[in-house]
Amino acid sequence: MTTPATGASADVAVPEELQNNVWITNIAKLLDPAYNWARKNSVWPMVFGLACCAIEMICTASSRYDLARFGMEVFRATPRQSDLMIVSGTVTKKMVPTIVRLYNQMPEPRYVMAMGACASGGGPFKEGYTVVDGIDKFLPVDVYVPGCPPTPQALINGLIALQEKIDQQSLATVPWYRKDDPTAGMVEIPVLGPDLVDVRQIDIIKAEAKKAAQLAEVETAVTEPEAAS
Amino acid sequence: MEATLEASPAGDSPAIVADPVVDAIDRLKEKFPEAVTDDPREGYNGLMVNASQLPAVARTLKDELGFDYLSSLTGVDQIEDGKLEAVYHTYSIEKGGGSVTLHVQVDRDNPVIPSLMPIWPGADFQEREAFDMYGIHFEGHPDLRRILTWDGFNGHPLRKDWQEPFYEDAQKPFGSRWPEGNAVHRAEENNPYGKNVQYPAGWVPTGEEYDVETDMYSILKGNDGHTVDRATHMKTDKLTVNIGPQHPSTHGVFRMVVTLDGETILDLKPVMGYLHRNHEKIGERNTFLGNIPYTDRLDYLSSMGNNHGYVLAIEDLMDLDVPERAEWIRILTVELTRICNHLWALGFLLNDLGALQTPMLYFYIERELILDFFETLSGARMMCNYMRFGGVAYDLPDDVRGQPTMAFLNELVNERLPAALDQADRLMTYNEIVRARSIGVGFLSRQDAIAYSMAGPILRASGVNYDVRRAEPYSYYDQLDFDVPVFYNGDIYDRYRVRIEEMKQSIRIIKQVLPHLEATKGAPIISGKPQYAIRMPRPGEAYGRVENPKGELGYYVTTKRRSSNPERYHVRATSFINLTALGKMCIGHKIADVVAILGSIDIVLGEVDR
Repeated sequence: MTTPATGASADVAVPEELQNNVWITNIAKLLDPAYNWARKNSVWPMVFGLACCAIEMICTASSRYDLARFGMEVFRATPRQSDLMIVSGTVTKKMVPTIVRLYNQMPEPRYVMAMGACASGGGPFKEGYTVVDGIDKFLPVDVYVPGCPPTPQALINGLIALQEKIDQQSLATVPWYRKDDPTAGMVEIPVLGPDLVDVRQIDIIKAEAKKAAQLAEVETAVTEPEAAS
Repeated sequence: MEATLEASPAGDSPAIVADPVVDAIDRLKEKFPEAVTDDPREGYNGLMVNASQLPAVARTLKDELGFDYLSSLTGVDQIEDGKLEAVYHTYSIEKGGGSVTLHVQVDRDNPVIPSLMPIWPGADFQEREAFDMYGIHFEGHPDLRRILTWDGFNGHPLRKDWQEPFYEDAQKPFGSRWPEGNAVHRAEENNPYGKNVQYPAGWVPTGEEYDVETDMYSILKGNDGHTVDRATHMKTDKLTVNIGPQHPSTHGVFRMVVTLDGETILDLKPVMGYLHRNHEKIGERNTFLGNIPYTDRLDYLSSMGNNHGYVLAIEDLMDLDVPERAEWIRILTVELTRICNHLWALGFLLNDLGALQTPMLYFYIERELILDFFETLSGARMMCNYMRFGGVAYDLPDDVRGQPTMAFLNELVNERLPAALDQADRLMTYNEIVRARSIGVGFLSRQDAIAYSMAGPILRASGVNYDVRRAEPYSYYDQLDFDVPVFYNGDIYDRYRVRIEEMKQSIRIIKQVLPHLEATKGAPIISGKPQYAIRMPRPGEAYGRVENPKGELGYYVTTKRRSSNPERYHVRATSFINLTALGKMCIGHKIADVVAILGSIDIVLGEVDR
């Protein structure tokens, strides 16, 4: 939560001549802006290009659009040093185990941006048989950037939105310092079987298989008497 | 290189030889009277070949008749006849001209076709793709595994009776999902899993089916677990390393599995499919017009070139003429795309050679100018969706970046681009590090380049003088004065120089196009009325190919009469086929060179995986 950090508290009387020089606040109000100011201006994205959107992402980082203005030009080639995963392009079933594994390797606090129509919801390729209809089926997404592909301006707008989001977080409530951190666990890595298997859905798959088996039984029961007659 | 020799009309000069295609077809029919017949279907002009005789026919075609370049190989599902078909397009490097097309039909229940790997090693990935998509078994292929999907995937997705999880209807446009503006359903809601997946009926995961890559590792050379025993008596282990799919130097989601002896590469297998977006399956459902934006997303660095190949194929089927101004605008945009693409490719190649980012940033300055022009022209920077059947979508804009369009273009091709290329030449071409890293690395001989179906700058860097713009001219390329740059050493350095020279030739072409654009100002840019719902006037097949920046890009389209969507829609993807020789180029080099060799091929994953 951003608080205007200047001005006097009602409890303490500050002499008029010192009004501009003295800053009275509490520790949380002091720490949060400093903590968030530092974090939001040094978001290091991962070098992680999937498809067409990656080209616009590279253009955004080049001199004309100059991502360095936001302290984001330090693209890291390893997830261990990154704060932000820009999912820039179509997520396919063959690729998604790798993406989830990379996300698991990123240290907290970590953010995910779905760049472009495909990462947000499948986009033009949604009906394809090896396309994942949106990375949010697997990872928690912080910012969606529409476009196919989004222009560099749109991506920068999304990054500013991410900065605003970071700015609203407070040390007192952020999950990664809590003992019962709901986001700390690893996202279970999906596996490739006859189709992509989301391990969290094993129960549904088993139930569906059971249903199919029952249906097959009914069908054979219907056809067998016919065959006998 | 000689221009195409068309079939000479009667009474023409006797010095002109008969069309090599007609000649080759006649001689094939003569030599194999049993196995080779004309394709009886309406609109098809290839040969029907008996599957068992295919290797003999192919060998004759290659060795005796000079059709030594296997451009494209693909499967087709003829579900109504109960047949699966393989289609081969072969060209002659020396004579140029059109293709000899072979069709091989086999039973749908037992689809076995002899592999052409012994004759054309370039058939490798394409046969694997046809196996993956159609289940055609190519007998004799040494490594017939799935390539775009993964081992263990259920079914062969391009077969007509295979339906994907979000299947709605056989043809577009689908009925509205929001008939009165109220959300009726999303595709996810009809699926028990809430996402784009389906499983075979009754399938229960056991946990064992996920071990899917044993086959790949077992086929790698040198991966037999033995140690290398040297004369020094020092024993070292061979090492298998995965590079990618997430790696800063693989130009996207591409993966290479390499076996190493120390730092030297013993074997390399590319693994792809991490960006397989089902382009062809979606394309068979789309309307003809609806496919144009999808072609943009194939090779997303050169969308105008992709548009061009596709509209050429459809114009062939529809017998459409293109107005003069539209042709000139097409050439302008396509050549600008070539410059754009090569600037990007060279920036990345130098990046891979260790000149981290600086040359890249230099090259992008001019690329951004071209993208600004595309944005004012078509509305989009990269995905232009600009060409239409029989013309282009919009006329040239009045102003670009606050300058009149023609003044902008003149300044671009006369001042900005030549200056940028000169600067690149000065800084890079004779740079000691660039030369040390690239000369003699990634060698590919002339014979191999042809046999492996290489295309574009790689082919021409190996001393093969072949450019589709010359060999089988389309659009107005036969009226334009330009050279085809050819270099003879077949290494990374020559590929770099071919690209620099090609950009200079593109500038030369655009300089010739600009006066025509001035002269045809106000002329129509599309023939007839723009059509949205096209009904194809004739059945049959068409193969439209263009010289894209990365090489020959082909679209194979078949359709029925009055059809509104393609029956089969296949893309001869340059980057995909150019990767066939990656292993051959890398073996024996150090692991650091792999990245540079890959950079010199200039792949785009959207086209590799489609």
